Amino acid sequence: MSRTTYREALRQGLREALARDPRVFLMGEDVGRYGGTYAVSKGLLEEFGEQRIRDTPLSELAFVAAGIGAALGGLRPIVEVMTVNFSLLALDPLMNTAATLRHMSGGQFSVPLVVRMATGAGRQLAAQHSHSLEGWYAHIPGLRILAPATLEDARGMLWPALQDPDPMLLFEHGALYNLEGELDEREVVDIHSARVRRAGTDLTLIAYGGTLGKALSAAEQLAGEGISAEVLDLRVLRPLDDATILASVRRTRRALVVDEGWRSGSLSAEIIARIVEQAFYDLDAPPARVCSLEVPIPYAKHLEEAALPQVPGIVAAAKGLLG
Amino acid sequence: MIEFKLPSLGADMDEGTLLEWRIAPGEAVRRGQVVAVVDTAKAAVDVECWQDGTVLDLLIQPGDKVPVGTPIAALLEAGETSETVQRPARVAKPAQPAPAPGTTTSAAPPASRARISPAARKRAAELGVDAGTLSGTGPQGAVSLADVEAAAKSAAPLDRQAAMRQAIAAAMSRSKREIPHYYLGETIPLGAAMAWLSAHNAGLPPEQRLLPGVLLLKAVALALRDYPQLNGYWQDGAFRAAPGIHLGVAVALRQGGLIAPALHDVADKPLEQLMAELGDLVQRARSYSLRSSELSDASLTVTQLGDQGVDSVFGVIYPPQVALVGVGRIAERPWVEEGRLCVMPSAQFSLAADHRASDGHYGARFLGEVRRLLQTPDRL
Repeated sequence: MSRTTYREALRQGLREALARDPRVFLMGEDVGRYGGTYAVSKGLLEEFGEQRIRDTPLSELAFVAAGIGAALGGLRPIVEVMTVNFSLLALDPLMNTAATLRHMSGGQFSVPLVVRMATGAGRQLAAQHSHSLEGWYAHIPGLRILAPATLEDARGMLWPALQDPDPMLLFEHGALYNLEGELDEREVVDIHSARVRRAGTDLTLIAYGGTLGKALSAAEQLAGEGISAEVLDLRVLRPLDDATILASVRRTRRALVVDEGWRSGSLSAEIIARIVEQAFYDLDAPPARVCSLEVPIPYAKHLEEAALPQVPGIVAAAKGLLG
Repeated sequence: MIEFKLPSLGADMDEGTLLEWRIAPGEAVRRGQVVAVVDTAKAAVDVECWQDGTVLDLLIQPGDKVPVGTPIAALLEAGETSETVQRPARVAKPAQPAPAPGTTTSAAPPASRARISPAARKRAAELGVDAGTLSGTGPQGAVSLADVEAAAKSAAPLDRQAAMRQAIAAAMSRSKREIPHYYLGETIPLGAAMAWLSAHNAGLPPEQRLLPGVLLLKAVALALRDYPQLNGYWQDGAFRAAPGIHLGVAVALRQGGLIAPALHDVADKPLEQLMAELGDLVQRARSYSLRSSELSDASLTVTQLGDQGVDSVFGVIYPPQVALVGVGRIAERPWVEEGRLCVMPSAQFSLAADHRASDGHYGARFLGEVRRLLQTPDRL
């Protein structure tokens, strides 16, 4: 165990990958001299040099597409996109090229690309820097979507992601970078399973990324009121780990999804649909969800807080499931 | 037209659940005929109709729970036809509680179907519980799994008569298949006991009086202290003595069947206490509200069929117990005492015992001890 932060854990993962495999390189806006917009890559330029830590022009379309080309050419690129909002400029190469080439080439080409990006709100960065669009990406076959919410996952998801022949999108919630805690180096990290982060018997709180901590706080508060909430960390948003989700819900018979994405057409909707499709007869209450309000995320602090899932709302929704 | 309403079947009955119709539309009904079986809080009761008529319509279905006084069937009087009368409306299901404002879902439209969670519905089917009759504690008043399981625990299954018949059949078949019974009979004079009882009861209000049955139970229990081989269980090929003297008291149930719950530690309790506990036990046995210990602890069963007028009863042992004491009617009979004929209250006691656990000689001495104890009732 060692004391560290989510930011440092990510950097540790990057450093280990760069050291282990000479094909790995990092590129993106300000990742080199500036040390990364969120200071994740600070010091890596000095350590690994300009060949492997590359600053790019302000064009997501160009540098994400270049990353796809590099992956096709045999390298193992890690591309950093500043926030998910800006990744929309690179949606075409991500969806039309990275996600499709294996299928369109009859399996001749694969795109072993990892794209890291920040997502989520909570830091007064307003509507163009605060959205949670990972649920959109989770709609696309051919991509795998990862959402590390713990120090172990922040450090450990990168390496297995680089080993996979298909494109990976790794979403780092902006509010987590300063998360501090003990990192357990012995934990084995995979990129396919959901995990129970707190065991409980009365309901399952399903969360990921930025909402995991809120779900755990809500569970703690519920425990004080005699309600035993299980907290499930999705970790992988595509493909969803149905078996673990359903096993938990079948045990507790009640599900509450906490998702910072908007409600309509969301990942939370998909999860609830799967629960109802596969565990309908085991449910003891209609599945429920706590999502962000359907507005562009506001700048003003009090409005931003009001728009996002918060612990009191999660607690109230959980109690609603218990009647 | 006659509206046949759900009658009150006891002062404490305010609603009933229809278990079964014994009539069908178009059928003629005679005064005094049993037309339905209704489950009250206490028991399944045959409901009789007190008028002649022809069944026009049945207004509730088996499983429906309605208040006393609700019309449950419509009968045509002589001379009426279905064309000449206006059909009454079927009874609507009781309204569901108004939905509480949800915290996570928008206000629901008025429920057209009872709110029962899928898990509750599935479990209710497994347990034979009618979830539609339960009041829910889940979100928006929905019936939850816990509600169903609580209801299944508190209420016996609807078809408990059949279930009880099955249980008795299984236990008695096993008894006669496995237990080599031997039987002993003994007529025990009860002159002293009855005289003591009359003296004791004189001047007491009826609810404080002792019944002869309590005296007999106490005597059996005290005798068992000296004959422990009759007080216990035959299990895994060997006799195991019971840790206490808990007499199973056979109680006939009103709608048929019987149950023999345990009266605990009979040998150690004063008669007044036993009387009170016995009354409570019988009442609760008839209302299906026995505790599980009472259903499992009995170490020897006593059956008293005397008040049905029989002179003697030779019972079937309730496995895994190893003995059963039967008591016939207490009656005045000719009796010879000290060479003279006299009139003496007496009762025939019998012992049915498992020959694997004891022998006739032992059983005979046990009955002799019961007899001896009953001659000095003031010491019981």
